[in-house]
Amino acid sequence: MKNSKIKLMQGNEACVEGAIAAGMKFYGGYPITPSTEIAEFSAIKLPLVGGKFIQMEDEIAGIAAAIGGSLAGLKSMTATSGPGFSLKQENLGYAAIAEIPLVIVNVQRGGPSTGLPTAPAQADVMQAKWGTHGDHPTIALSPSSVKETFDLTVRAFNLAEKYRTPVIILTDEIVGHMREKIEIPDASELEIIDRKRPGNNEENYMPYRVREGELVPPMAAYGDGYRFHVTGLMHDETGFPSNSSENAEKLLDRLMEKIDNNLDDIIEYEEYMVEDAEIVVISYGSTARSAKSAIKQLRSQGIKVGLFRPITVWPFPEERVYELSQKVKSIVVAEMNLGQIVLEVERIVKGNCEIALVGKANGEVITPEEIVNKLKEVL
Amino acid sequence: MTSKLIKDYFRTDKLPHIWCPGCGHGIMMRSVAQAIHNLGLDKDKVCIVSGIGCSSRAPGYMDFNTLHTTHGRALAFATGVKLARPELEVMVITGDGDCAAIGGNHLIHAARRNINITTIVFNNNIYGMTGGQYSPTTPTNEFGTTAPYGNIDKSFDIPELAGAAGATYTARGTAYHAKQLTKIVENGIKNKGFSLIEGISICPTYYGRKNRKGSIVDMMNWLKDNALDIKVASKLPEEKVKGKFLIGEFKNVTEPEYTEEYMKIIERFQKER
Repeated sequence: MKNSKIKLMQGNEACVEGAIAAGMKFYGGYPITPSTEIAEFSAIKLPLVGGKFIQMEDEIAGIAAAIGGSLAGLKSMTATSGPGFSLKQENLGYAAIAEIPLVIVNVQRGGPSTGLPTAPAQADVMQAKWGTHGDHPTIALSPSSVKETFDLTVRAFNLAEKYRTPVIILTDEIVGHMREKIEIPDASELEIIDRKRPGNNEENYMPYRVREGELVPPMAAYGDGYRFHVTGLMHDETGFPSNSSENAEKLLDRLMEKIDNNLDDIIEYEEYMVEDAEIVVISYGSTARSAKSAIKQLRSQGIKVGLFRPITVWPFPEERVYELSQKVKSIVVAEMNLGQIVLEVERIVKGNCEIALVGKANGEVITPEEIVNKLKEVL
Repeated sequence: MTSKLIKDYFRTDKLPHIWCPGCGHGIMMRSVAQAIHNLGLDKDKVCIVSGIGCSSRAPGYMDFNTLHTTHGRALAFATGVKLARPELEVMVITGDGDCAAIGGNHLIHAARRNINITTIVFNNNIYGMTGGQYSPTTPTNEFGTTAPYGNIDKSFDIPELAGAAGATYTARGTAYHAKQLTKIVENGIKNKGFSLIEGISICPTYYGRKNRKGSIVDMMNWLKDNALDIKVASKLPEEKVKGKFLIGEFKNVTEPEYTEEYMKIIERFQKER
């Protein structure tokens, strides 16, 4: 089996494999546990494909350099964990308003502050959506396995390029550090999306002018001959600052609509035994593995439970969760925090069913038994 | 009448600029454009990056690839652009607060890497955009809205800081000595490595008014009378140098450049294939 594509690989390494497969050519970052392997593998792999790696002086500079790389035309990524994710919020907002395709990986660890550097958590879910100031669209994906880390990294690049927006991969210490069997697909098997560029000899190129019926403007690269301006200020379609409230509203509407009008394309989830379920567990990332195990145990006892696993955490699969809430008796949310996605679920189901939380933020994983116990309690 | 330089290198539809009457920034922005013209650079291959503040509005007026970033981060963004596309002539226009306070870390590390970026600091000794707070270059005992009883901070010598951190070209000019400033910006661009040029500007609206520096003409005359070329200073007795500030070229050395060193790594693997 010398040429076997099947490998034993760590989640963080699979992330870099996925990024390279998606066409990553630039990485700017700063070392932080438990995401450091993503920087290390990027440093090894990028020069081999003619790409660039740079270890910057801090987390803020890491994302800033990645944005610069993207503006110069290269698919770019940065990776971090909690404390670094806090620092990256400033330029995450910049990437949102300036519409920079960019992938930001957050291998979540216990917080707040320095917290528990080597222990898993899922407590940055709300920060991913609300961490940077101002209204802005958010796409965040949450893998549950090593293979899915590969797949979602490819998808994160595709979504970033397609919608000209930063995309967050919200993984966690468990998925990032565990090793699993993975079969790396051939390049020919992957759908790779590149950002739309201005047409040949496009006269009067404007970096934020959308074509008729579209929401995402084509993006030129610095050095291609278009000499455009990019700013974090509110700007009009020319890219230059504008103080007009009418323009600000128009820009923000478009930024939100390019995501909100494409939910079917962006949202992915997995359902496991939900058809006849009386109770549905909503869980994501590594915790969803414990949830699935709990469901298997209870199903073997004839108890009708199922799993709903958001793969796209933001935008949250609102419509489907609402539908489920009309059919089930209870929803149990299991997450490694003290209650974040459960708030979103409560908001969505509007009292249609009971809601319970299995929340934990002490650095220990949520076990199948803990979920089983909660499910028995709500039965 | 609009000069040819303005027509050729500026986005004339974005002018007039937002700077106050008497601000030195316009003169220094012109010096930067003049330097680019003198070197015959291709406008499509020049990228000018800035942060936040009065200085950092300059790129918006300049007809190149321009990037107005977040406060202090211009050099970090510029590093990404330069490494991703080394054939671009990347320049940074920044201010004393943007570059030496919030962006101080990025400054010393860009200098340490000796990445081929030419940085021009428009130093007006104050935070102008926010209304006159003391900056890292406000002299001790002078005033700002946040130093109502006199500034007790010491100020940074930005070229010295950058030189000590590894910049291979450092120099200082002023808004008064516009021709000399053009020349040192040219030399900074020609240096294959990190260049730091400080341009001493004047801010009559905030720094000048808070510190009773007189009229715009008085402030310009102060630059003229107090700047001393380093070449001249070396020949003068100490008492004639005391109290003046030095202008001219302070450091000009050759060291390996960052993006070239990185390309060597890439080429090594391409050869092995």
